[in-house]
Amino acid sequence: MTATGGLDTALRAHSTDHAWQVAATVTDPEIPVLTIEDLGVLRTVEVADDGAVHVELTPTYSGCPAMDAMRDDVVLALTHAGYDEVRVDLVLAPAWTTDWMTDAGKQKLRRYGIQAPTGLAAARGAGPVRVQLAVKCPRCDSLDTREIARFGSTSCKALYECRACLEPFDYFKVI
Amino acid sequence: MSGADLDPHGEVSVDRLALAEELAGAGAGEGAVASEDAAEYALRLGDDALVLAQQLGMWITRAPELEEDIALGNIGLDLIGHARSLLHYAGSATGRSEDELAYWRDEPEWRNAWLFEQPNGDFACTIARQLVASLYLFELYSALADSTDPTLAAIAAKSVKEVDYHRDHSTQWVLRLAGGTEESRRRMIRGVEVTWPYVDELFADDELTERLAADGVAVLPSTLRPAFESAVDEVFAEAALERPTGRTAYTASGGGRRGSHTEHLGPLLAEMQVLARQHPGASW
Repeated sequence: MTATGGLDTALRAHSTDHAWQVAATVTDPEIPVLTIEDLGVLRTVEVADDGAVHVELTPTYSGCPAMDAMRDDVVLALTHAGYDEVRVDLVLAPAWTTDWMTDAGKQKLRRYGIQAPTGLAAARGAGPVRVQLAVKCPRCDSLDTREIARFGSTSCKALYECRACLEPFDYFKVI
Repeated sequence: MSGADLDPHGEVSVDRLALAEELAGAGAGEGAVASEDAAEYALRLGDDALVLAQQLGMWITRAPELEEDIALGNIGLDLIGHARSLLHYAGSATGRSEDELAYWRDEPEWRNAWLFEQPNGDFACTIARQLVASLYLFELYSALADSTDPTLAAIAAKSVKEVDYHRDHSTQWVLRLAGGTEESRRRMIRGVEVTWPYVDELFADDELTERLAADGVAVLPSTLRPAFESAVDEVFAEAALERPTGRTAYTASGGGRRGSHTEHLGPLLAEMQVLARQHPGASW
C-alpha cells in the first residue's frame, strides 16, 4: 500500500513536471518573446490521479485583454500534448508583480526592444509623486532617456524616448 | 480523434472553461460565494468602477493629446478589470453573471455614487474627478486589502497597485493645469468647484457598511476621509489650490447607494447597454 502510493506520487510528479513544461511554452500574445513562465503569470500546474490538469494563472493587469488568449492557449497546448481534461483558473491572490519576471525573461524583453522593469515593486515608495530610477535605452544603453507617456500601447508599458540615439522605446512598468 | 481533426478546444469542455471560477480568491479555491451583504457592497464598488470606466472611454479620440487618449483608455481598462472582478463576486450571491449585472439592470438598480456619473465636462473637470476618484480608491483598496472576506481582499490588493498609477496620473495633471496658463488654471479651479459637491457621498456610512465593517468585511467609508483629505491637501499645496471646506463646499444630496441617481446616469447606461440589449447573447 505504502509502496504503491509512493510510486503513484512519483509518476504524478513526473507528469506534473511535464505538464508545467508544456504550459510554460505559451507566450504572451502582445509580447511574443515572453512565455507565461518568464512573466510569472504561470503559478501552479497540477496533474490529478485521473490525468486531469489544473492550471492556475494570475492576471498581470486586472483589465488585460491578453489573459483570455493566454488561457485559451494553455488549454490548447496541453490538449495537443495529450492531456484530455484541462481546467484553467485565474487566481488574483497574491497579486502579480513584475518582481516575478525571470531574469531570462528580462533579457529577452530587452533584446526585443522593450526595457525591462527597473527596480523592484517592493521598493516603490509611498506618496503620489516620486523620483524614478533612470530607465536605460534598450538599444544604446544610454541612461539619458525621458518618459513621454506613462500609459503606453498596453496596460503594462510606458512610452520613453532616448535622447542619445533619439529612438522611442517601450518600458515595462514596475508594478 | 486524429490530430488533424483536433478542434481548437479539443476534448476540453468549453462551458467548463467559461464557467471556471475566475476569482478563486486567497486560498478560497472553488469559487467563493458572497453573502447577501457582501454582494451588495461589491455591487457598489463594482458600479463605481464600471461607470467611471465608461466615462473615461468617452475621452478616447477627444483628449488634448494622443498620449492622453491612451492614458485615459488604459485607466478605464484597469477600472473595467476591477468592475469585472467585483460584479462577478456580487453576482455569485444571486447566480447572475457580470454581464447580466452590467447590461440588464436599469437605473434604479445601480449603486454607484454620484461622483462617478457626473459628466466629463472639460478636461480639467475630468482631471478633478480623477483626482478625487483615484485618491479615494487608493485609500479604499489599501484598507480593503485587509478585509476578512478573502475575495474582496484579493480584488483590493490587486486593484490598489493599478490605482497607484492612476493617482500619479491625476496628480501630475492637476499640477500641470494649475501651474500652466491663466486659462488652464481657471479651468482647474472650476473643475475642483464642480466636483467637490460629490465628495461627501463617498465617505457616508450607512447600515450596510456599519454591519459589514463590524465583521471586518467592509471598510467604513468615514474612516477613509482623513487620509483622503491629507492626500488632497498635499497635491493642492503644491498646485496652490484651495480645498473647498465649510460653507464654500456645497454638498449634493447623494443617494446613489440606494439607487437614486442624477439625470446623467440614464444616458450613460443607454449607450453602454444598447448593443447587449438589442442583440441578447451576441458574441464576436
